[in-house]
Amino acid sequence: MTEIRLTLNGNPRSVSVAAHHTLLDVLRDDLDLTGTKECCLVGECGSCTVRLDGRIVDSCLVMAVEADGGEVTTVEGLAADGRLSALQESFVTHGAVQCGFCIPGQLMAADDLLRLAPSPSRAEIEEGLAGNLCRCGCYYQIIEAVQAVAEGAVAAAPARVREQAELPQPPVDQ
Amino acid sequence: MRPFDYARPADLDAAIDLLARHGSDARVLAGGTDLIIRLRDGTYAPSLVVDVKRIPEMAPRIERVDSVVEVGAGTTMTDIVESALMQRLFPALVEAARFVGSVQIRNRATLVGNQCNASPAADTAPPLLVYGAVLEIFGPAGRREVALDDFFIQSGVTALAEGELVTAIRLPIPSERTGSAFQRRTRRRGHDLASVTLAVALDERGGTRLAYGSLGPRPVLFTDETGDLPLETWLLAARPSSTSMRAGPDYRLAMLRVLATRALDTARDRLAAA
Repeated sequence: MTEIRLTLNGNPRSVSVAAHHTLLDVLRDDLDLTGTKECCLVGECGSCTVRLDGRIVDSCLVMAVEADGGEVTTVEGLAADGRLSALQESFVTHGAVQCGFCIPGQLMAADDLLRLAPSPSRAEIEEGLAGNLCRCGCYYQIIEAVQAVAEGAVAAAPARVREQAELPQPPVDQ
Repeated sequence: MRPFDYARPADLDAAIDLLARHGSDARVLAGGTDLIIRLRDGTYAPSLVVDVKRIPEMAPRIERVDSVVEVGAGTTMTDIVESALMQRLFPALVEAARFVGSVQIRNRATLVGNQCNASPAADTAPPLLVYGAVLEIFGPAGRREVALDDFFIQSGVTALAEGELVTAIRLPIPSERTGSAFQRRTRRRGHDLASVTLAVALDERGGTRLAYGSLGPRPVLFTDETGDLPLETWLLAARPSSTSMRAGPDYRLAMLRVLATRALDTARDRLAAA
């Protein structure tokens, strides 16, 4: 086991890792950050996308020891002070989420895209998110959600993390 | 993933020493976008993985040194795409690097790793071949340079000897006006391995360099200085796999002709505008 030090979502952390464990393994299994999803494990689906030292990566293709001394942001790091980021809020209001499994990765890729190109064209959004697959087929809503943030339509007032009571309630069985 | 030991040597000598001592039982880790997949699926089962990313000589860099541009072994596809120098001098390489994987993959995958992996479908191999790329290699016997065309042997096999590492790619800066272009055929628009990948470079004296990949056991380079382009001979040398699931041989040969024509047209336009 090797002790590694990270800045994880803005906080210093150290964790003991096995050399053959990926950053994805350690985030989920050792650090309890299960927002980052495990899916294809070959770098095609983007579900495990995190930001490492300023660039997004597939955390299934990074060994945990490689991140030693690095700065890692996961989807848990997007909301601040209990408030969803504008991008997260936009995904909610545009119905960009069906099953939700790919959404942490989509959010990390879209967040990165908007940092690099604050006003991306539709083609740039498609290219920026090409490494993130959605099997529910929410691509149109996801692209609209990103466009809305780029246009400033959602940026003004990030919402609080929604309380349970505010979420749509499932129908009650009679 | 099967357990292995991990080493992160701080200098080149230590890395070479580790690789020489462990031989084929060690694997080099740079970007990891191919290696980690193969560690996971069991294709490779090394006892030692040597991470070369913190070796100063292998740091990411794109540097003009006299009449050459040097690309350090740690340089990623994203670094290539974002480099104004590369865009100006080696546009076909930038076009190819932009096609590799996704943003997440390009942020990690290295240009040198793409060559060392020696996939016949490597997107960046044809442009590097037409630009006359030379690899700088360090090993137990010291430093040597190998032209990329002499480096590829066959799929997954290179001229690297045991204990050797590629530390940089050297690209000669063209001394005359040139026009170059990259073309690629895939099953879908992004994030796919190429069925045909091709690059062309023309110079103002009438010289032509054309390279293609995914059409045989290694990417191949053709050169002509006469101006009387033997294109048919070059295209007939293609040996597409009959068993690949990505595309049948007839389709690949038909697309090779189309892509070669398109790349030559674009390169001619660029030469005229240069």
